[in-house]
Formats: sequence, C-alpha cells, structure tokens
Amino acid sequence: MEVEAATLIANGIKYAGAGLACTGMGGAAIGVGHVVGNYLSGALRNPSAAAGQTATMFIGIAFAEALGIFSFLVALLLMFAV
Amino acid sequence: MAEDSGGLVFHPMDQFIVKPLFGDGPVAWYTPTNVTLWMFLTVAVILLLLVVGTRGRAVVPNRTQSIAELAYGFIYKMVEDVSGKEGVKYFPYIMTLFMFIVVANFLGLLPMSFTTTSHIAVTAILAMAVFLTVTILGFVLNGVGFLNIFWIRQAPLVLRPILALIEIISYFVRPVSHSIRLAGNMMAGHAVIKVFAAFAAVLAISPFAIVAITAIYALEVLVSFIQAYVFAILTCVYLKDALHPHH
Repeated sequence: MEVEAATLIANGIKYAGAGLACTGMGGAAIGVGHVVGNYLSGALRNPSAAAGQTATMFIGIAFAEALGIFSFLVALLLMFAV
Repeated sequence: MAEDSGGLVFHPMDQFIVKPLFGDGPVAWYTPTNVTLWMFLTVAVILLLLVVGTRGRAVVPNRTQSIAELAYGFIYKMVEDVSGKEGVKYFPYIMTLFMFIVVANFLGLLPMSFTTTSHIAVTAILAMAVFLTVTILGFVLNGVGFLNIFWIRQAPLVLRPILALIEIISYFVRPVSHSIRLAGNMMAGHAVIKVFAAFAAVLAISPFAIVAITAIYALEVLVSFIQAYVFAILTCVYLKDALHPHH
C-alpha cells in the first residue's frame, strides 16, 4: 500500500520535474534573442560588414540554442526513460 | 481528449517508433526497418539531384542542375570562409554531411514519412564521426602541438590551468551537443506539429489549430535547412581548430 502510494507520488514528481526542465527553454530564448538582437543592431550601424558576419551569428545561435535543447532532453528523459 | 470528439487517437511521439518493414518481429541490427527505407530514399534523392541532375552539364543549367550548383557553391563558399584555404581539401566530407542531413530533414517533412535525423542514434554516429575525424586530423597534422587548443597563451598564467579544464570539458561535450542539437530540433518540431494535429480534432479550436499547423510547418522547413547548415558550419569550425590549434 505504502509502496504504491510512493510510486504514485514519484510518478507525479517526475512529471513536475519534466515541466520544470522546460523553464530552461526560456534561457535559450533569451540567449538566441540576445545574439540576433546584437547582430541586428551592429548590422544597422554598418550594413556593409553585415553579410560577412551572418555565419558567425548562426554559430552563436547554435551554441546558445544547444543548452535549451539539453533542457528539452532532460524533460524527454524524465517522461520516457526514467 | 481525442476519444470524446471521435478524432484520431495518437501520441505525438508515436511517429518516431522504429518498426520492421516486413512483419512484426523483433528489430535486430540486420532487420530492414523504416529507418533503413528512409535513409535509402535520402541517398537516392541525393544521387538523383547531384549525379543524374547534373548529367547534362549544360552551360545554361535547367532547374535540377541549378539546385545542385547552388548547393555546391553555397557549401564551398562556407568551407572556404570558415575553415580557410587549407580547409577546402575536406570539402567533400562536409558536402556529404550537409546533403545527407538536409535531404533527410526535408524528406521527414512529408506527411506519413519518417525523420531519420530525429533519432539520436543516427545523429550521434554523424557527430562522433566528425569528432574522431577532427581529433585524429589534429594530432596527425600538428602532433602533440594540437594540445595547444587547451592551453590559451593570451590568458594570464594563473588563469591558464582553469581555462584548460574548461576547454577540455567543452571539447568533449562537442559530439554530445552537436548530435543532440540536430535530433532535438527535429524531434521537437515534428512533435509540435502532431500536438496541433491532435487539437484539430477538437471542434472549438480546430480553425486555429489548422492555421497553427500551417505556420509551424513553414517554420519547420526553415529549421530543417538551418539545422543542416549549423551542423555543417560547426564541422567547419572544429576543422579550423584542428588545422590551426594556435588561437
């Protein structure tokens, strides 16, 4: 009986943890927005230099986004693997 | 929720299940599965585009040849810009990676199809191959000097061991983030489309859901391309580290 209750509570906490892990996506959103926003403000000051830096912007986006994807992965692991 | 409104009952993650193509037996390493089928189709599409499509070698290219030439020129310029002149030697590898990922992503967007790149097993192999290639290449070209990428000479001497530790950790996280970025993006995008497809069965919000599916599909087309581009460009960045380990 008590084992059953404990399993149920553990299951509930698992879902709560998956939900909490999704808050990490907000951090990734801030990071990506910061990268693109700064790129855009720089590009509007000096449009001729903008084209050469697009690749750098995408690298920056990729790095910022990877950490958000990690939080998504933690959520997936909690839902399906643990 | 879906049973009440008489719609389809499915789970958004059901689309990623690996099934045998014939029968319902267990999946062994030699079983032809839907992953095998869609990987084969990916290779077939690349062959059609790059080999058969450019067979005419016309001075004024037709549509297929233009796409092939655009893809070639795009990746060639990227490798040259990011890895430098020495990196051009490794262009075929990066072109292969890019074409495989971009075609697999686009094929995955067809309804009822299977996205091979949404599986970490697939992307991890691609990322580990890049990681091993770059590491071995770095040691072959620079010898022990390759370890200089962990020892940053511009930093003050006190900070260098700490920075070296951080650099080593970030170096070994590379294959993890490289593979999970692609698989996670593909998986998340397709799951979101399926979630909105489930909402379309509920009458009250179905118009909104159908508009949302259209918008997210358009976003996914963009993401499919950008993720392949990011995978290729990060390979170029890692390659540049192997070619020039001195910061």
